[in-house]
Amino acid sequence: MNTARHNRFNTFAAHGVLILYTLIALFPVFVIVINSFKTRKAIFREPLAMPNADSFSLIGYETVLKQGDFFLYFQNSMIVTVGSLFFILLFGAMAAFALAEYRFKGNLMMGLYLALGIMIPIRIGTVAILEMMVQTGLVNTLWALILVYTAQGLPLAVFILSEFMRQVSDDLKNAGRIDGLSEYRIFFRLVLPLVRPAMATVAVFNMIPIWNDLWFPLILAPAEEVKTLTLGSQVFIGQFVTDWNAVLSALSLAILPVMALYVIFSRQLIRGITSGAVK
Amino acid sequence: MADDLNKPKFRWHIVVFLAPAVLVYSAVMIYPLFNTLRLSLFTEVDQERVYVGLQNFKTLFGQTVWSDQFWNALANNFWFFVIHMLVQNPIGIALAAILSHPKLRFAAFYRSAIFIPTILSFVIVGFAWKLILSPIWGIAPGMLDAVGLKSLYAPWLGKEAYALTTLSLVSVWQFVGIPMMLIYAALLSIPDEILEAAEVEGITGLSAFWKIKLPLILPSIGIISILTFVANFNAFDLIYAAQGALAGPDFSTDILGTFMYRTFFGFQLQLGDPHMGSTIASAMFAIILIGVCLYLFGIQSRMRRYQF
Repeated sequence: MNTARHNRFNTFAAHGVLILYTLIALFPVFVIVINSFKTRKAIFREPLAMPNADSFSLIGYETVLKQGDFFLYFQNSMIVTVGSLFFILLFGAMAAFALAEYRFKGNLMMGLYLALGIMIPIRIGTVAILEMMVQTGLVNTLWALILVYTAQGLPLAVFILSEFMRQVSDDLKNAGRIDGLSEYRIFFRLVLPLVRPAMATVAVFNMIPIWNDLWFPLILAPAEEVKTLTLGSQVFIGQFVTDWNAVLSALSLAILPVMALYVIFSRQLIRGITSGAVK
Repeated sequence: MADDLNKPKFRWHIVVFLAPAVLVYSAVMIYPLFNTLRLSLFTEVDQERVYVGLQNFKTLFGQTVWSDQFWNALANNFWFFVIHMLVQNPIGIALAAILSHPKLRFAAFYRSAIFIPTILSFVIVGFAWKLILSPIWGIAPGMLDAVGLKSLYAPWLGKEAYALTTLSLVSVWQFVGIPMMLIYAALLSIPDEILEAAEVEGITGLSAFWKIKLPLILPSIGIISILTFVANFNAFDLIYAAQGALAGPDFSTDILGTFMYRTFFGFQLQLGDPHMGSTIASAMFAIILIGVCLYLFGIQSRMRRYQF
């Protein structure tokens, strides 16, 4: 009897703490989004009220869409993110397969060499990266960003994917070899489809940091036509600091795509983390 | 014939599989990393690169114009890290402990909602908090007023004494989801038999957490600490988005990332100096390396791994 009451109290307390923290986590996003739909007066008079017939206004969004080239920024971010993910997954899976499947001299050393980059942030090398991009004429192109993010994502991708590839059954691969499949076919036809869940995990881990990065776009590709959405909204907001409608609308527009990605991939992301892919 | 079988052919496919990853990784990550370390030994005289040995390091640590800024940024960075360790990780562990309760309802909902700030970009987070804490808009003072604490309000981001702590807490708010998820995963992997055995002995609830679960998740806490360390010591985006490259007020929020950016890229009237930028990057590299080595050799190797 006593323990039952005790348990109910515990459950109640647990929900109380979690609801409180959920409110703390969501409150800023909520405030920004609701105020982006209000008139300037209403934003200041009652910042916490929902927009109603009186206070509703899209003036901020109009300014943003007129002044900033958000569709172009969005497109750039898409190209950079999808391009980097493609190369991370393709190159990462190939290298992971080589390390997991074959015994050769230097296998262990190669694995350690590729794993170095998990702990050392690529930003440390920025000065030389910029110099190299200037020399090769890649500065202010999306290729510069794709290359950097690919290099940044590869170490963890190789590490995670090779763990998974070790679990693919040898019998299957040997059956393929007896049937005369080349090593390339074994990789692309037999092994890749089997590690798809792991590839999805790697993709989700890399997607958000690439999409949100400010450092490399700022340094390697600050020109107007190659700005990513993160840099574009940063510059836009910096210019329109006093126009609260425009700033709030720009923030809401920047939140939108990430939220959409999160809603689509959150199960994958959470399953990836909780399955212990990162140890 | 027999000779042919004994001498295996060179397996070109291994090279083909490894080459793209190794090339991109070496060319864009490893080579620039060492090139940056090398560039710190040079300086520019009359538009030509001249080797000067450790002169840049002497400037960085010897001239007060530089060394004051460096120690300021380093001290700020340590404070930034300390706040993450003392606030972010305990909150993350507490949330994970509550979430991992087997009969808790809506756990998936809470988990997803609390993780949302982590997926937002620093630009959004920096500006959103700047607006909310701003004295012009009045959300923060208004809310404090509602609970009768209006006197506690100050324009935190504009005051030298509070700005860094406030930004650290904003960063904590953003990243609490990561320790929460990792610890949650570690807690779920504890086998039920251990917890049941403890229950038979009468160890339940909080004491089960302190005596059984916490020791078992210590390796995960170690990993989270080193991840936090590396992330904090090359942080840049949040400070830049909220306070700009000058990391105001009066450099009170300057950390190594913003200091390196200003030096290397230049700002306002100061011209960018890639060689001093490389010097600062090398110092950051050394700091991160020391941290990682301390973790690998000092902490991880001594920790007992529990295999189930």
